[in-house]
Amino acid sequence: MTYGTTVPYPSPFPGPQDSRPAGLGPARTGTEPPGADLPRLLPVHGAVPVDLRTHLSRYAAPPYFGHPGKLIPVLKAAGLTGRGGAAFPVHRKLQAVAEARTRPVVIGNGAEGEPASDKDKSLLWISPHLVLDGLQLAAEAVGSEAVALYVHRNARLQERLRAAVAERAAAGVDLAPVEIIDAPPRFLAGEESALASRISGQPAMPRFKPPRVFERGVVGRPTLVHNVETLAHMALIARYGPAWFRAAGTPEEPGSMLCTLHQADGRRDVVETELGTPLRDLLRLEGTQAVLSGGYHGAWVPAADAARMTLSNEDLKTAGAFVGAGVLVALPAGRCGIAETARVARYLALESAGQCGPCFNGLPRIAAALDEVASPRPDPRAVTDMIRWAGLVEGRGACHHPDGTTRFVRSALHVFREEIRNHSDGRCVDPAREPFLPLPADTALDATDWS
Amino acid sequence: MKRELRVDPTACSGHGLCAELLPELVTLDEWGYPIVARGPVPRSLDRHVRRAVTDCPALALKLLPTS
Repeated sequence: MTYGTTVPYPSPFPGPQDSRPAGLGPARTGTEPPGADLPRLLPVHGAVPVDLRTHLSRYAAPPYFGHPGKLIPVLKAAGLTGRGGAAFPVHRKLQAVAEARTRPVVIGNGAEGEPASDKDKSLLWISPHLVLDGLQLAAEAVGSEAVALYVHRNARLQERLRAAVAERAAAGVDLAPVEIIDAPPRFLAGEESALASRISGQPAMPRFKPPRVFERGVVGRPTLVHNVETLAHMALIARYGPAWFRAAGTPEEPGSMLCTLHQADGRRDVVETELGTPLRDLLRLEGTQAVLSGGYHGAWVPAADAARMTLSNEDLKTAGAFVGAGVLVALPAGRCGIAETARVARYLALESAGQCGPCFNGLPRIAAALDEVASPRPDPRAVTDMIRWAGLVEGRGACHHPDGTTRFVRSALHVFREEIRNHSDGRCVDPAREPFLPLPADTALDATDWS
Repeated sequence: MKRELRVDPTACSGHGLCAELLPELVTLDEWGYPIVARGPVPRSLDRHVRRAVTDCPALALKLLPTS
């Protein structure tokens, strides 16, 4: 079952401070577990930001363990995985950083560079204290006192977060002071090594690994980076335990996650849903030709296949897709999937940091070839060129930008193959070509936008 | 310890020297950037590998523990 929480970020949110609607019973108090019911992270009908007083009355203060390391087995038992896209087991990252010989740095990653994703912004806006609780608990677990929250450039959001941090400092809720750090408005700004570079005072560009960020990250210190949603889940698992967390989701992929849903009618919502929810319960698939899962590094899935799948990597991987950071887009019938993918591929090519030869050379060529395939009676060599270039860029970047881009493009060539045949005959399902997939309004960024 | 050849693609500027010194393991793509054979470096090539690594003008060629 899903509970839609429409989040009209960043418009002003009128209404009382406590958004709890009548009929839901009293607000939760103390450490009484709220049960497996959703939503866990965003209050019901909750476009109203939760202030510290409301947060503390609902959840009480973060349950510090009094010693590093103690949270780690709890997170392992819960089976929490990273909600930033990679789904890496959370406890393994914590363990690696906790074992380091030098004092680590802990960063909450709220740089939501994916243009189709709103969930981190919404979470930070509505439930900042869950994220900040998680950040403190993570810092305690790895024995760190250097803590920061990395969020994209949005004056209103940053102002609110600074106020939340000050409120907590005044109330003595936090163990370590929290700095708010500005992320540049780039697709790759949240990539871990780009983040570490930016917080160390360099441009937010990915670097070659090894060393991994957990070994040597911000100013050369071991660095724990977790997506802000992951931190919010952590804050609740620390309070209510692994069994509570596992009451939602599937045994293999437990818990809930935030998703940004793009319906075929153009509606865009952030919802919290259990892993394992049928995709047809999240997206209205009638009148939909294909579903994009995993955002612009993800993959297209034909709507007929998506109708049989749940929100899980177990199902999505059979179509070469994955859950990622929870971006799901329903592409309406009557739109050109090739033209849509070509437009986004061009954006992704421009978002290459330009550091790695294969990505710098290959991505613009792939995007241009896809533009050719999107045009009437394209050069028949365009597809074979594209596939050759895709093979040349994969696995050859410092980050996964080339790999994610080719995954997205290759899936389009497969899923929209009938449309490619249409183009060869000089026809297109949608000659008007009004853009559907969201892109930043102004993609003409200059070099200074990396820092 | 088994080691493999890796290119730091952020440092590589496509001089192509590695492909000349070590054609057994390195070829160049159509833009002049090295494609390096994955997997452990054969013992017999040790000397050539070391030479290629130290001679790379961008210091982009690396010998790292196999991943």
